[in-house]
Amino acid sequence: MSAEIKKIDGITKESTQSMIDRALEAYPEKGRKKRAPHLSPNDQASCSACVKSNRKTVPGVMSARGCAFAGAKGVVWGPIRDMIHVSHGPVGCGWYSWGTRRNLVSGINGVTNFAMQFTSDFQEKDIVYGGDKKLKQLLGEAKELFPLAKGISVLSECPVGLIGDDINAVAKQASADLDLPIIPCNCEGFRGVSQSLGHHISNDTIRDFVIETREFAEPETPYDIALIGEYNIGGDAWSTKPLLEEIGLNVKAVWTGDGEIEKIAATHKVKLNIIHCYRSMNYMCKVMEEKYGIPWMELNFFGPTKIAASLRKLGEYFGPEILEKAEKVIAKYEPIMQSVIDEYRPRLEGKKVMLYVGGLRPRHTINAYEDLGMQCVGSGYEFAHGDDYDRTAAEMPDATVVYDDVSEYEFEQFVHELKPDLVGSGIKEKYLFQKMGIPFRQMHSWDYSGPYHGYKGFPIFARDIDMAVNSPTWDLVKSPF
Amino acid sequence: MANNLGLAVKPVTEFAEDEVARVSEWINTEDYKEKNFSRQALVINPAHACQPLGAELAAHAFEGTLPFVHGSQGCASYYRSTLNRHFREPAPAVSDAMTEDGAVFGGQNNLHEALENAYALYKPKMMAIFTSCMPEIIGDDLTAFIKNARQKGFIPKDFPLPYANTPSFNGSHVHGYDSMLLSILQTLTEGKQVEGRCTGKLNLIAGFDCNTGNYREYKRILKELGIPFTLLADISDVFDSPLDGVYRMYPGGTKLDEAADSINGKATITLGPYATSKTFGWIKDNYSGKHVSMPTPFGIAKTDSFLLKLAELFGKPVPQSLKEERGRAVDAITDAHQYIHGKKFALYGDPDYLIGYVSFLLEMGAKPYHILCSKGSKKLGKEIQSLLDASPYGKDGKIYMNKDLWHLRSLVMTDPVDAIIGDTHGKFITRDAGIPLFRFGFPVFDRVNLHRSPLIGYQGVINMVTAICNKFIDIVDETCDDRHFEMMR
Repeated sequence: MSAEIKKIDGITKESTQSMIDRALEAYPEKGRKKRAPHLSPNDQASCSACVKSNRKTVPGVMSARGCAFAGAKGVVWGPIRDMIHVSHGPVGCGWYSWGTRRNLVSGINGVTNFAMQFTSDFQEKDIVYGGDKKLKQLLGEAKELFPLAKGISVLSECPVGLIGDDINAVAKQASADLDLPIIPCNCEGFRGVSQSLGHHISNDTIRDFVIETREFAEPETPYDIALIGEYNIGGDAWSTKPLLEEIGLNVKAVWTGDGEIEKIAATHKVKLNIIHCYRSMNYMCKVMEEKYGIPWMELNFFGPTKIAASLRKLGEYFGPEILEKAEKVIAKYEPIMQSVIDEYRPRLEGKKVMLYVGGLRPRHTINAYEDLGMQCVGSGYEFAHGDDYDRTAAEMPDATVVYDDVSEYEFEQFVHELKPDLVGSGIKEKYLFQKMGIPFRQMHSWDYSGPYHGYKGFPIFARDIDMAVNSPTWDLVKSPF
Repeated sequence: MANNLGLAVKPVTEFAEDEVARVSEWINTEDYKEKNFSRQALVINPAHACQPLGAELAAHAFEGTLPFVHGSQGCASYYRSTLNRHFREPAPAVSDAMTEDGAVFGGQNNLHEALENAYALYKPKMMAIFTSCMPEIIGDDLTAFIKNARQKGFIPKDFPLPYANTPSFNGSHVHGYDSMLLSILQTLTEGKQVEGRCTGKLNLIAGFDCNTGNYREYKRILKELGIPFTLLADISDVFDSPLDGVYRMYPGGTKLDEAADSINGKATITLGPYATSKTFGWIKDNYSGKHVSMPTPFGIAKTDSFLLKLAELFGKPVPQSLKEERGRAVDAITDAHQYIHGKKFALYGDPDYLIGYVSFLLEMGAKPYHILCSKGSKKLGKEIQSLLDASPYGKDGKIYMNKDLWHLRSLVMTDPVDAIIGDTHGKFITRDAGIPLFRFGFPVFDRVNLHRSPLIGYQGVINMVTAICNKFIDIVDETCDDRHFEMMR
């Protein structure tokens, strides 16, 4: 943990708390009571969570959260490229999540990758009579039309659970009939409080239906690893995987960015699991540790400081051969990274950023901004748990504001008061802050850019942040008349 | 743990190259098309969303109105982000965040708490409530819930709370738009009809239309004609607001008092008959003045009819300025016709837009060839067929009702066309087919500012013909050999 306590000029625990109190004033009493524990000044030295999290969203406050289905389809299952993912239920959920996360895939669309929208398109009669028969039929149709698909996931939307369909029985039967892995995932949107339970349920289905069903064809080596919680947003995995290979590791599987189901199924054979997005996939890391004795390690591939630390950590774990390669790789890229910093840091030095993202980036990207000379003055998550906030405390400067499941009202108030030079959040927040004249980058989707991971990603990240903060268009916001 | 499916543990396999090559070719064949068209249960790449999305659009379109989703919060996030991505604008909306216990006990407590919080935080003038799946399935009684909310003081007694049931397992976004709009108009106009009063105004409804330029164009045309009007469900300023350093949560929309008074209008026209059939039915029975339902004015002839109807209703001649505008549009299409004449198009979209595309293409001497609606009706099929029958350029056109974009892919790969008119979701087909996609429909996630460029009226004709013809010319320039690379086109 970081020993140095980071301070921001003008920000104290008192100033942050009074800002929070002012934002809470607008709430009715009940709402205020519910929201207050989710907002707090950071206590960097404590290394523990200063806010409550993973609680039900307060109705009517305008939360940015999604649902369990979004966590299952959008996050965990959706990126597996060689499977068909059926959005089981009405047409909407699958349609909204079709191509809107930027988990890029290799292969041929409709032949070897299935980044499409498959749905049972429930109608009134399916609600009344149940959708199991339809599901059985569509699984057969999918197999016939997409013979190279290596499996099918059945991702339940709200109605499926409410009307009492038994997708597990249908999947089991169809799996035998079609000789194909068919994974039932009861990830109805009403379950849990956010995307997070969808991640957990999906991890459980991988545990129950996928892991151990395959073995790698080639012989094992001591350097076999899996990269977990890397979703290939804007091609991130195409930066991190080669980097890990460059230091001598064999990346046998990526969960689940540009993912292949059979490799995921054989992951119980690796020697180490590297986890990037802890929130969405720690569950399976822990399962693999308990069941197969595979250790896991959390790493951070944002910005040269954290990348170098991560590579060294791997080197130390695997021993001199890998450590030496890691040092060589770091030495190779450091000058390139330094030139990026030399170019952008003078234009970004001292600029302030506020973050509000999903379950990882609100802490993992902080240091990448610091590599560029920027300071994080507020951060929070849509769907993190206490252990995420524990990990956040040390990364954030002391006394800065932490907000969990922030309402749009609170976020707007905080930004008004803190006047950051950049907000990094999602599509729902983007245009609000841009209208205020505040530079913004989408930090879920890399704003249609990327990759941001690894040495390949940092120059792009730096360019994008500079482009957002220093665009000459901001000088035109105030009209001269 | 693992392998509950009873499958044997197998080695990790790679795709065999020849197998991949075989399937890659096979999905483009007649044989595949036949199999593809015989599926009964699986829907692949549908070109429609669910009802609440349309309901949210209608809700945004009124002054100070906060869209309110009764259901899970994830639903609201999906609708909002879809509108954010298409318009590249804010789309503030709340949900009452129903979860598992809501499924057991019903959503009344959530609804009440949400009304109280949203009212305090976002100070709306109206909240427009619509439902997602969960309350529809468990049978929440919105009428009773809202009555109770007023009685218990969660919301002021006179605060307008239109509400609509918008089940996602029925219809599409277009129908949700209709239901929400109907409820908003019913709520606002209640008790506002005054015997003998006439506002002298036209009420105009655009339908489910996500092109803000179209709304501005309607307003401009009506001003040219000198007709006083109320544009009902006006999204133009809501989803095309200025960037001047101030965030305004409710930057536009139809004024609530104007909407209330619209029941005393001189005439009401809907230009989205398929997106407003319920609303229009109710208006016919309840609004004063004349009532007209006519197609969205895509193309010259449908714009002519629109203007003639306005002239007739308001006893005003079409002014010289619009006559000249018409002449300029005809000039533009005549100058451009050789680049589009005879070209075959595949089309898909919402019913009102689809009819517009067909009319426009036929006027240009282009051929609407594969015409597909993901959520259509027999009535729509008949209307399109009659358009095709009336033109020699329509004789090869075939209509595919309630088919999806994977069907369209088979059609385009086995029986090629020169271009597709649709929305962003069509880009995978046009990439495989090596043809252009014209993103006139909704949503557009991958191009900027298209929603600012009107498609209706004479100006819309010029915009569409310019986009299409220049693209075809670009293709010639980009693909011809050096000997045919010429200065002039």
